[in-house]
Amino acid sequence: MTTALEARNLRKQYPDTLAVDGVSFDVEEGICFGLLGPNGAGKTTTVEIIEGVTPATSGQVFYYGEPAGARFREEAGIQFQNTALQDYLSVVETLQMFQSLYERKADLPQIIEDCSLGELLDRDNRKLSGGQRQRLLLAVALVNNPKLVFLDEPTTGLDPQARRNFWSLVDRIRGNGTTVILTTHYMDEAEILCDEIAIMDAGKIITRGSPSELLQAQYKNVIIELPLADVTGDLSSVDPKISETRQVVEVATDDVNAMLQTLANNTSGLNRVKIRQPNLEDLFLDLTGHSLRA
Amino acid sequence: MLHRIFAIFRARNLEFVRDRSSMGWNIVLPVILVFGLSFVFANERNQFTVGVLNTQPVEVPNEHSFFDVRYIDFVNIVDRDTGFRKVSRHQLDLLVEFGDVNQYWVNPESPKGYFAELALLQSDANSTLQKQKIVGDAIRYVDWVLPGILGMNMMFSCLFGVGYVVVRYRKNGFLKRLRATPLRSIEFVIAQVASRLLLILAITAFVYAGTHYFLDTRMEGSLLTLFLVALLGAVSLISLGLLVAARVTSEELAGGLLNMTTWPMMMLSGVWFSLESAGEWVNRVANIFPLTHILSAAREIMIDGAALSDIASQLTILTAMSIVFLLTGAAIFRWRAQ
Repeated sequence: MTTALEARNLRKQYPDTLAVDGVSFDVEEGICFGLLGPNGAGKTTTVEIIEGVTPATSGQVFYYGEPAGARFREEAGIQFQNTALQDYLSVVETLQMFQSLYERKADLPQIIEDCSLGELLDRDNRKLSGGQRQRLLLAVALVNNPKLVFLDEPTTGLDPQARRNFWSLVDRIRGNGTTVILTTHYMDEAEILCDEIAIMDAGKIITRGSPSELLQAQYKNVIIELPLADVTGDLSSVDPKISETRQVVEVATDDVNAMLQTLANNTSGLNRVKIRQPNLEDLFLDLTGHSLRA
Repeated sequence: MLHRIFAIFRARNLEFVRDRSSMGWNIVLPVILVFGLSFVFANERNQFTVGVLNTQPVEVPNEHSFFDVRYIDFVNIVDRDTGFRKVSRHQLDLLVEFGDVNQYWVNPESPKGYFAELALLQSDANSTLQKQKIVGDAIRYVDWVLPGILGMNMMFSCLFGVGYVVVRYRKNGFLKRLRATPLRSIEFVIAQVASRLLLILAITAFVYAGTHYFLDTRMEGSLLTLFLVALLGAVSLISLGLLVAARVTSEELAGGLLNMTTWPMMMLSGVWFSLESAGEWVNRVANIFPLTHILSAAREIMIDGAALSDIASQLTILTAMSIVFLLTGAAIFRWRAQ
């Protein structure tokens, strides 16, 4: 496999905060790489350093083995988390303007079709809904037929249907051989889209690998979840995790039958019990000791 | 490079043209001012104004009885040519000189000059005065103020229309998005200059043509030379706007800085009134502003019929200012808000 992107020991020091603290990773060509973490973890700063829009305090970024420069800017497509577009331009004018900034050109009608913008071409940028706007921003990121696409929190604020449509779109992009770097704090999004993830917290990468590998390495069991109100006895012997926010108790076990028997003896009933596989959110909680959306 | 500049240039033009309120204001404001001032100052001077020629370094006491006549402002004129020019333009009703030879100059086409002359002759019992005639059409206030208003409109449009917009782009993240493309800062800056230049020249030409047609304003020189002044003047003002906005991230601060830049020019560059009689230091300070050189060159062309060579110094200064502002602005340009 070819390494498309390599970040070496990136560091970003603001006057009162160390936002990125020695982050290093590489991304293979053609995969979807997810950078996960809660708000304030440093993932957006890390990505913006790589994109070249935020200067690093120290560290280096390599694109196909060369320091990221003019070639990187020509071949990368970027969707920022918050981007204003030029007022009074229509969707198609916006796409044409951005495409004119590159030597590389994608097939614009194809992008318009892929991003379902056909019916919006003459609409003023300012009159787009949240989902329409996200699709336009993704289309803008694709106008140069990029070899590498950055998507920063692309589905934040979208309704569930729009999120799913967006996932299909990202899947198609990756299917074309484009490398995708996704930052998100939605664990379900990362599990569905990413071949590989890195979890960040407090400016550092705390673990890295494919979602399934990370979960298998961390967990040999399943999680049983029941409402806190149903607990009547002492569960300290099974090492419960209590979520005050969600008002639930979670216990991990590799012997479901035995655990259910224990719970039956210490609760008002098992009618509301849920059994599930551990997910990335559980992994993050175990690794950092706090919730992703804290 | 050119295709990138053209892409930003075109997008900015579309934004401006489609923002009808802004574009309308750019056209309506100077028209209202020119026509309004033309009406208000149609009978601008009620007093008589007589120049007293005194080329001596020290002021000579005036003992002639003419100086006792009421309702006449006597102003000291040290330069003979300046005095003649003002009489020819009806800016002085009469020019008098008392010395070895007592003489006066009057414009026979000036009604106020006629009455000022009667008052002079009546006050001179010995009739020793020699009469000289100077002809020329009157310079109305609207003729004088038209370059000022057009220049002021250019100044506001260039500084706020570029400086403020760049800060808005920076604050809302549009510049950051452009930064992630192959577009370079100098290309962005050139596109902004070109876009505003095209629009402001079109608007200025339109307003000038309209006022010239309806108010028959004076134009003694070449339109091409005047266009060159407008072109270089607009470039210098746009470059100044870009320099002011090169690093600012707050619209409030940008507004303050732009006001701090525009208001001294409004007051000291001779938009509304001449600063000829103001102190020397005022004129020195005024010379640091591009608008001063734009207005001085434009008035020389429109009122005096100056040729290109006559205004070469102003054009040179405007070119130098543009280069300094533009290069400094591009060098310190910041794409991001933080």
